[in-house]
Amino acid sequence: MGLKLERQAAPVWVQPLLPVLAIVLTFGLTSVFVLLAGANPLRAYYHFLLEPLSSRVSLLEMLVKATPLLLTGIAVAFAFRGGFWNIGAEGQFLAGATAATAIGMSMHGMPALVAVPLMALGGFVAGMAWAFVPAVMKVELHADEVVTTLLLNTVALLCVSALLNGPWRDPISQWPQSPEIASTAILPKLVPRSRLHLGFLFAVFVVLVVGFILTQTTLGLRMRAVGLEPKAARFAGVRVERTLLVTALVSGGVAGFAGMVEVAGIHYRLIEAISGGHGYTGILVATLGNLSPLGVVLSALFVGLIDIGSQTVSRALGVPVYLGDVIQATLLLVTLAVLLLQNYRLSWRRGGAL
Amino acid sequence: MDAPLVGFLVGLIAATLRVATPLLFATLGELYSERSGVLNLGIEGIMFLGAFAGFAAAARAEAAGWDAYLWIGLLVAALAGILMGLLMALLTVTLGLNQHVSGLGVTLLCTGLSLFGFRLVFGESAVLPRITPFATVNPLPGVPVLGTILDQHLLTYVAFSVLVPLGAWVLYRTHFGLNLRAVGENPEAADAAGIPVFRVRTIALTAGSALMAIGGAFLSLAQLGAFTPGIIAGRGWVCIALVIFARWDPVRALLGAVLFGGVFALQLRLQAQGVQLPYELLLALPYLITIAALAVAGRNAPYPGAYLKPYRRE
Repeated sequence: MGLKLERQAAPVWVQPLLPVLAIVLTFGLTSVFVLLAGANPLRAYYHFLLEPLSSRVSLLEMLVKATPLLLTGIAVAFAFRGGFWNIGAEGQFLAGATAATAIGMSMHGMPALVAVPLMALGGFVAGMAWAFVPAVMKVELHADEVVTTLLLNTVALLCVSALLNGPWRDPISQWPQSPEIASTAILPKLVPRSRLHLGFLFAVFVVLVVGFILTQTTLGLRMRAVGLEPKAARFAGVRVERTLLVTALVSGGVAGFAGMVEVAGIHYRLIEAISGGHGYTGILVATLGNLSPLGVVLSALFVGLIDIGSQTVSRALGVPVYLGDVIQATLLLVTLAVLLLQNYRLSWRRGGAL
Repeated sequence: MDAPLVGFLVGLIAATLRVATPLLFATLGELYSERSGVLNLGIEGIMFLGAFAGFAAAARAEAAGWDAYLWIGLLVAALAGILMGLLMALLTVTLGLNQHVSGLGVTLLCTGLSLFGFRLVFGESAVLPRITPFATVNPLPGVPVLGTILDQHLLTYVAFSVLVPLGAWVLYRTHFGLNLRAVGENPEAADAAGIPVFRVRTIALTAGSALMAIGGAFLSLAQLGAFTPGIIAGRGWVCIALVIFARWDPVRALLGAVLFGGVFALQLRLQAQGVQLPYELLLALPYLITIAALAVAGRNAPYPGAYLKPYRRE
């Protein structure tokens, strides 16, 4: 007996069910760890998924957590659709956050209508710049972008830490953090007495715009053609190099913008943990959302829920809060595997090994 | 040369070998995976899991009064690595899934599991749990200069004088090594020649992941005698760079590990001496060198032919 994969497209109605299947499988698999922590999985998952949804505070907090993930998720999805394997959203996020902080700190006395757009632009451009080197290296030198974008993540983190331990170190604080940005550069709250800020609407807007580009424009069509089959795209007259470059720059820009949103909306300054893996989680969000804009919205909200839920379950049952990380990672791997069923059919065969 | 300078250099060389050891273990592990055609981005997490699993097992065994607790820790770390190698192989070889997303997923999983496991095993104690780490071996006790440089952990000796020659020999001089390179260059042709592509890749990934985990465990069991969340701090990504820098060759990997290890050791020692320098920029150097090397090598970078390409029998 053996498991056999056969190439066969799944019926259309199955497609939206696959992420749901992945979620169910994930919670099944990770219940082992809940049991190890001495808790009842069903109770744990109640605290994990349902309790946060039943309170206004945690619902709003879920949107706060989802805000940067919407942006890094759509940035990664956009790049992956266009055949640019951008593993560097983390570095681009940090570049954007750094540029936004630099601008925000010099905006004292400027009106918000000047400060906020400038910061947003700065974040976007810095993210683009951070993606520019790997993009050019891929297009001109055929250097593998997976490696270059990945390595630049660490370089970005080291640059942030050099700034925070050096020229930007806030003299008042003993922690490596920058001084605060100007008060007018801070994004206003959407709901009083919560952390939900204007950046959430920005993020939704950006997802809509990027989704529009991806699905409704000729640029999007060219991008997807390059992503599916560069040789065929070239044959059809698409300028593959230029398209790849645009894909990489937009993706980097959006990830950089995410960095700006976190600075201006949550922290009001640059800290080393400003990202804390939002760029990598963006890859999870994009994969879980099957690289579609709507999927990214849903999965960003769901991943935000897991973030909140892991805190609720930790408070309620004493399960270590890192259960959330385990669930997110398992979800990524399971989704990746389950999405195979879009194009393949699983069957059991006697005798034949895989 | 004056005495302080000699002392500084001797200390630097000794530290370089120490710092290079985990890099060498993990780089060889990654090199084997990539030579078989699979990029294993799980490396950062697998090193972390190795450091945790090794430490947790050793701490428990030490508390139980077993003399060989460190070796038990090392064994458990290797087993954890093997387990993750099998998972990575299931994802990227058996199912043929996207290698970089799978690898990052494995890294996230290992990181989460280690932190989760640490809380389960050691609770939320404010005191960092510690063990008595591996002692160093010194073949020339009391001899100046050479005695200091050679005062290293057994695992350092293993990495430099056993693992690298053995790794090169297996890769270039054995039947298995030939098969490994064949499935990494052209899996279709290898398959047609009767080489079990899936099995060879699975073995490469599993053995490679075990080496990564041992590299991580070196940090917790030999260097620190403790486990901290920042114990790996990007060393896995350094090894990804090192493999490219070494052009997928075990002997050049040794040179690269010494060079990169030297940069880190220099940074640490300058910092210890209170020299005012932006250390972070020094730390970024290995990454920038690798990116520059990739830019220079360009199209001629000797990537394995089937790098990043899953193999499926259609």
